[in-house]
Amino acid sequence: MSSNTAPIDTKKVEGRRSIFGSGKNNLRQFGILFSLIAIIVLFEILTDGLTLSPGNLINLVSQYSYILILAIGMVMVIIAGHIDLSVGSVAAFSGIVVATSMTEWNFPWPLAVLFGLLVGAVIGAWQGFWVAYIGVPAFIVTLAGMLIFRGGNQFFGNANTVPVPEGFTVIGAGYLPEVGPVTGYNNLTLLLGFAIAIAIAVREWRARRVQKTMHSEMTPLWASVLKIGVLDAVVIYATFLFAGGRVGTSFPVSGIILGVLVLFYSFVTRNTILGRHVYAVGGNKLAAELSGVNSRRVNFLVMMNMSILASLAGMIFVARAGASGPQDGLSWELDAIAAVFIGGAAVSGGIGTVIGSIVGGLVMAVLNNGLQLLGVGSDLVQIIKGLVLLVAVGVDVWNKSQGRPSIIGLLTRNRKVSDPPTPPPAVLPDSGTPASARPADRPTN
Amino acid sequence: MTLEHVILEMRSITKEFPGVKALSNVSLTVMAGEIHAICGENGAGKSTLMKVLSGVYPYGSYSGDIIFQGTEMRFKDIRSSEAAGIAIIHQELALIPELSITENIFLGNEPTRWGAIDWVGAKRTAYELLARVGLRDDPDTLIKNIGVGKQQLVEIAKALNKSVKVLILDEPTAALNEADSQHLLDLIRGLKGKGISSIMISHKLNEIEQIADSITIIRDGRAIETLDIAADGVNEDRIIRGMVGRSLESRFPDRTPKIGEVFFEVRDWTVQHPQVSERMVVKGSNLTVRTGEIVGIAGLMGAGRTELAMSIFGRSYGNFISGRIFKDGREIELRNVGEAIEHGLAYVSEDRKALGLNLLDDIKRSIVSAKLSKISAGPVVNDAKEYSIAEEYRKNLRIKTPNVDMGVSKLSGGNQQKVVLAKWMFTDPDILILDEPTRGIDVGAKYEIYGIIQALAAQGKGVILISSELPELLGLADRIYTIFEGAITDCIDGVDADPESLMKSMTSAKKKVRSI
Repeated sequence: MSSNTAPIDTKKVEGRRSIFGSGKNNLRQFGILFSLIAIIVLFEILTDGLTLSPGNLINLVSQYSYILILAIGMVMVIIAGHIDLSVGSVAAFSGIVVATSMTEWNFPWPLAVLFGLLVGAVIGAWQGFWVAYIGVPAFIVTLAGMLIFRGGNQFFGNANTVPVPEGFTVIGAGYLPEVGPVTGYNNLTLLLGFAIAIAIAVREWRARRVQKTMHSEMTPLWASVLKIGVLDAVVIYATFLFAGGRVGTSFPVSGIILGVLVLFYSFVTRNTILGRHVYAVGGNKLAAELSGVNSRRVNFLVMMNMSILASLAGMIFVARAGASGPQDGLSWELDAIAAVFIGGAAVSGGIGTVIGSIVGGLVMAVLNNGLQLLGVGSDLVQIIKGLVLLVAVGVDVWNKSQGRPSIIGLLTRNRKVSDPPTPPPAVLPDSGTPASARPADRPTN
Repeated sequence: MTLEHVILEMRSITKEFPGVKALSNVSLTVMAGEIHAICGENGAGKSTLMKVLSGVYPYGSYSGDIIFQGTEMRFKDIRSSEAAGIAIIHQELALIPELSITENIFLGNEPTRWGAIDWVGAKRTAYELLARVGLRDDPDTLIKNIGVGKQQLVEIAKALNKSVKVLILDEPTAALNEADSQHLLDLIRGLKGKGISSIMISHKLNEIEQIADSITIIRDGRAIETLDIAADGVNEDRIIRGMVGRSLESRFPDRTPKIGEVFFEVRDWTVQHPQVSERMVVKGSNLTVRTGEIVGIAGLMGAGRTELAMSIFGRSYGNFISGRIFKDGREIELRNVGEAIEHGLAYVSEDRKALGLNLLDDIKRSIVSAKLSKISAGPVVNDAKEYSIAEEYRKNLRIKTPNVDMGVSKLSGGNQQKVVLAKWMFTDPDILILDEPTRGIDVGAKYEIYGIIQALAAQGKGVILISSELPELLGLADRIYTIFEGAITDCIDGVDADPESLMKSMTSAKKKVRSI
């Protein structure tokens, strides 16, 4: 029940509360954010400051952006009560088709990108058709898709590697360019960072205004100031790290694509009718249908959207690698699914958030990256990642079965209560009401 | 008459659920080799009593004693009651469709030999058991390939295998046709000859009259009386009087109906069962609703009430066969729920949790969920509007909650139902179909919901009220249709209706429908 309360109770009152906000689900999400910070600090110490060095951070973003893009689509699929195992193969197939379109058919690269998205849409429509209109479980449809499009990649490219032209690599390996005066930092990255910092402050201020006009609970001023302070400090610190990397590097283009997608899909899932319908179908399909929701259409769109994002992820990967190959995208689906579940989604559907999944994906990314920096072999990395996934979800499930919020939630509970206070005044009008509504026959019962 | 002895005695059983006293001080005595019927309205407490007896509610969760064959029993689960010789056959059969008859009979009780299941021995025993219940099918047949009537017999065979002494049958003939019912009743009578007592819950009074030796009538969680069929000269009317005899005063808010013209009409409505194509769950039914009118639909469980309502509401149940719907003088076609909502229909489901609400949602999202377009600019939902609308309904319907951000799963049944009502009121319906709107709700909240229903009618809306509780229909409805086996059997004006006449039309297909 957590996750959809998240987008809800927070949204109108203030955008930012959805990250730190009230409600059991947010405790969970906050807990994961907390774990992410803990993991970053841990590796920062273990690697002697290498983790938060500009070079590593830039690398981290460009190396994991495509997994996080997959996680955005995957969380919507999982909220709707499905799963998509085909994303890695779809990414690989789109990658090779796009690479071939540029090298063999001489598509200019922007056209090739659009073409790639179209390929994703067609694949998604195919899978969505089977899931939504024939009623084959998504697990089966996408298991088949996993085989079909992996084979398709190798058939299409004769199991060879197809290089991509220079211009195309921007979306995967490009950085914000150098412009303006020489400051020792990348100016565009600085601008972007400051803009985000200001946006955070403005949102909080507007949220307070909304609270005021609606006479709803007011966040105390000091809490707002503290929130803005902490978040802006983090953003500005990160900004200088990203802007201060090796010359020629800065915030990756793929990171910007990811950021835009996160904003867009957060909005779609929280604030649009379609987003509501995705949660409704996943939460209780029968009730949704009896409320007039066209669950088939929702399922179709969700599956289609996933494949479009998978194509985009495939293209970014190919652009970064400089070529499309037969092994692209192997086991990406597992990383994406793990990110979503670590991020608080429920296997049974109806629960999950885009932001949560991104944080879950970052936990995996930082873990992976940190272990690699420490020189841990890929064998051990896999074992550790597997255990983290199991423990993270296991702790939560166990706590739920005990009727308690998650442990991490408990750690953050005090904070919650003091922070967005949920004052009880609303109870008062009720307690005084019953006069007219009292059953006349009360005494007889 | 031989010297009978008491095989089972339940003494002063009281069972409480949070906020509800389901059984209060109920006693039941069953003789050896007797068929003992238990009658009562839906929700009177019959099933609860049987669940106490069969250990579904374990010893300690109720008060009172169960004396079986002279010893006090303390069943901790179904297994322990079965071990003692009491078996219950539920309304919903507990058979596994993909397994064979033999496998089902021995499920959880598999005979073993050297550690492996002895299928040869099991099959031989299954043959004998099937012969005893008069079933001549191959024991290897899969359950899904035999009809409901035969499945019922397999259930009984399964019970016989556990050397049962008291067999509890909960609505055994509800899903059976005439011939299968008769066969089953004969079998129960045959078991009686072999010294097995049966306790039978049934709504079909003619069957009870035909087969039972004695009847215990339960009403509002109390055992009202126990009748001896032979000695007391019991007939259906006598049973009905016992079942419904309660006063109605002051359980409903006052209301002066302002009834207008007929504006909604369903003609010749026929619907096929979604799986069984030869079964019509609704047959040629006609009904009309006038503005400001509360129209009741009375029928026993399984009579087709919900099927009728859901199939009208955008064909959300079964396969549409024939029928026409008219609203405001024009024929309309409602092919899906979306169109039904567009045309001003609303359906409040009898199953709040499975069909009415997304329990993961909070109050305000639930209230607007059936017509999001009303608070949206294009595809974007306006959160502020949502909040203020939810607040409005919270105040008007007195939904007891600290705020509308609360998850609906945390609300009590009555408040959940108010959220569902708010959700459908928000769609601005002209016709509200309310299916068991007060099921599982305490008396205080019921009164408030009655008030809401009356207020909706006073606004000129048409209300179709489906209820298992006759007093509720009699207290609220201006006109009552009775439905039996999918067909509308009668239409009675609210002022003329009484429980006896309703019950009669609900249990037989005799009368012809008067039209208004």
